[in-house]
Amino acid sequence: MISRLFSFRGGIKPDSHKTESSEASIRNVPLPSRLVVLLTQGSQGAARTIVTVGDKVLKGQCIGEAEGVAGTAIHAPTSGTVTEIGPYPMAHPSGLASPAIVIEPDGEERWITHEPLDPATASREDLILRIQASGIVGMGGATFPSHLKADSEIETLIINGAECEPWITCDDRLMRERAAHIVTGSAILAHLTGARQVLVGIEDNKPEAIAAMRTAIQDMEAVARKCLDADKMNVIAVPTLYPTGGEKQLVRVLTGIDVPPDKRITDSGIQCFNVATAHTVCRALLHGESMVSRIVTVTGSVERPGNYETPLGMPVADLLAFCGVKPGTSRVLMGGPMMGFSLPSLDAPIAKGCNCLIAASNELFSPPPPEQPCIRCGNCANSCPVGLQPFELYWASRAKNLDRAEHYHLFTCMECGCCAYVCPAHIPLVDYFRFAKSEIRARNEERKTAEQARTRFEFRSLRLEREKTEKAARLAAKAAETRAKAASEADSALIAAAVEQAKMQSSVQDKAAPSRDQQT
Amino acid sequence: MTSPHIRQPASVQRVMMTVLAALLPGIAAYVWQVGAGILVNIAIASVTALASEALVLRLRKRALWITLSDGSALVTAWLVALILPSIAPWWLTVIGVLVAIVGAKHLYGGIGQNPFNPAMAAYCAVIIAYPALMSQWPHIDGLDFATQLHLILGGSREIDGITGATALDAMRTGLRNQVDIHTILSSGTFGFAGGRGWEWIAAGYLVGGFFLLARRVITWHLPIGFIVGMGFTAGVAWLVAPDSFPSPLFHLASGGAMLAAFFIVTDPVTGASSPLGKFIFAAGVGVIAWIIRTFGMYPDGIAFAVLLMNICVPLINHATQPALVGQRKEARP
Repeated sequence: MISRLFSFRGGIKPDSHKTESSEASIRNVPLPSRLVVLLTQGSQGAARTIVTVGDKVLKGQCIGEAEGVAGTAIHAPTSGTVTEIGPYPMAHPSGLASPAIVIEPDGEERWITHEPLDPATASREDLILRIQASGIVGMGGATFPSHLKADSEIETLIINGAECEPWITCDDRLMRERAAHIVTGSAILAHLTGARQVLVGIEDNKPEAIAAMRTAIQDMEAVARKCLDADKMNVIAVPTLYPTGGEKQLVRVLTGIDVPPDKRITDSGIQCFNVATAHTVCRALLHGESMVSRIVTVTGSVERPGNYETPLGMPVADLLAFCGVKPGTSRVLMGGPMMGFSLPSLDAPIAKGCNCLIAASNELFSPPPPEQPCIRCGNCANSCPVGLQPFELYWASRAKNLDRAEHYHLFTCMECGCCAYVCPAHIPLVDYFRFAKSEIRARNEERKTAEQARTRFEFRSLRLEREKTEKAARLAAKAAETRAKAASEADSALIAAAVEQAKMQSSVQDKAAPSRDQQT
Repeated sequence: MTSPHIRQPASVQRVMMTVLAALLPGIAAYVWQVGAGILVNIAIASVTALASEALVLRLRKRALWITLSDGSALVTAWLVALILPSIAPWWLTVIGVLVAIVGAKHLYGGIGQNPFNPAMAAYCAVIIAYPALMSQWPHIDGLDFATQLHLILGGSREIDGITGATALDAMRTGLRNQVDIHTILSSGTFGFAGGRGWEWIAAGYLVGGFFLLARRVITWHLPIGFIVGMGFTAGVAWLVAPDSFPSPLFHLASGGAMLAAFFIVTDPVTGASSPLGKFIFAAGVGVIAWIIRTFGMYPDGIAFAVLLMNICVPLINHATQPALVGQRKEARP
């Protein structure tokens, strides 16, 4: 048992606004008239369609196969008919489209036959393949493919139930109501990664979730006990301080290890999964249920805030309509208020990483006050959890001095928003950093292209040069050959001439002989 | 709109108002010990600062209200008033504030852009231009408000009886004339720590400084850096030759030391930014100020010390970049 906790650098304490949505139990939503399942669900890979328009599909049936090592499969969220395969807007700040499979539900919710796996007897490869085939990605929002993370060997497994962003409560409710599955899923992940201990970190503003998880560990299911001893798993209440739920911050709080910016936590023998991911792993392996739904917090300016078990592919507009958006809502945020973004289109469907929708009104989220000049007060640096000097980054980004921005470690910034939250001059610091990052990426891309062009040009010049030399050599060879031939021809001509001459001479002698004879 | 979508209820205005509030204990002690004339000076400085800032903003075609209301001009004005002699004629205060607001602040681009501390630039300008006026400090209990007002409004300065040397001046002059340090300290100019009466004003600034620390407007690195820089240097000299150098306590309680420690070196715009850099910056001010006080000819050395260290800020910042979390010190570029 860990006896003491550590604190990470910086951090902020915004108003939590959790109770708005955390008090009602998880509810189901009625099936919408159509579900739009995006082929791009994870941050790393996509899926390849294996159905065609008109196909009848069952709930949980694979409709998109994992493409490549990092790809994850997608499944029909309900039974019905494939009516369309085409591009749909993703829930992404850019509003970019991704290919999607549209399913019209038949309302019967008929599941495909479940094929559970016993984690204690199945091989590690099979279990990891099943995680990939079940379409599991990190559900805390980063949507990193879980099978890649499960395929690691580590000492300590951290289960992230911190949920540090204000307003979001989906993990809280999940832990309160489905702790047993989370615990089993965590035990399976510990089994897969060879972890010797599991630390479940939960912010201390969620006492019910902490209690429920502790009880669930005491009453750990037999199948989970085969994967991990119950006393190897501990729930740890961590102080409520944003961003405790950040991976490296939680690692720091629970283990005291500061993972360097250029390293991953696995380099320190640690792996981390969100509680909802652990829950989904349990459902996928023990119950054969692929990932077809997730819990979404709907809160803010809505009539019925709460947590909803939402089928993947449900358009945001339909979910919001069910929850009753209040008048005065000016925009909809996906994710929390610290790192979430304004949805450009409400047609975007719920994807695997969508943990929260906030209907934002100007009363709840007042528009930012006008930006003032930076006075270098340093509050941003004090609040930065990774130890950056945001005001230096700001001056550099503002001046488009990209080298300087990189020198001040721009890419260590995870855009948690603490600096902009505390800034007394109301400078949208994170915007400046996003801008500088995109400029640097564009510049590097340009450099790469230029480099490629240069290499190509040099290669071409080299090739032309070589061809020229080769041609010259060839010509020279040919010339030599011709000369040789000419020379040999000349030789034979000479010989012939000599022979001719000799013949001539002999004939002269022949002719002379009779004359000599005549003389004699 | 982009993340984060929520913000702390903080503003530059709130920061500046907190600084003004923190100056109140010192000002109260000033009024109690020296008289209410300082309030007139503060009023003159405030009006000049706001008017000149409005004018410059107008000329620079900048939004008026957002900058005028941020409170930074008032902070500069109050500091200028507090570092000039409290019986300085009104036009000296006006010149000081104009140098600070127009010259040191707006000619460099306004709030956040100025490399030099505006109040200190003002002090240096007027002490070079008007050294005599700048050395006329009122006797601690000699002047009633009417006389102070008369002097401030530009009245005749037949002043031998009404002004006296400051503690720093008396100390330096005494030591230069080979007077024994104990004899110097026994004169009426000196109190229990610094200049008689003035040490209470220093204590008032100290109280305000703790308030700023508690409100997290400033961090400990700056005041402690200054106190360590000045106290350590003075302490070494005092331990080596106690008859020739006054004690660290005397230095810290005299002149503008406490005002500098909590309100001058703590200017975030013109100071260093990393925690170590802040300490080095403030300690540098303390050391240079002691050197100028001890070997120079000006009443106090803090203003010159601050400007000298302002020049070093880019270098200090460059050399003291803090390591990232998880990054070892030697690994940084």
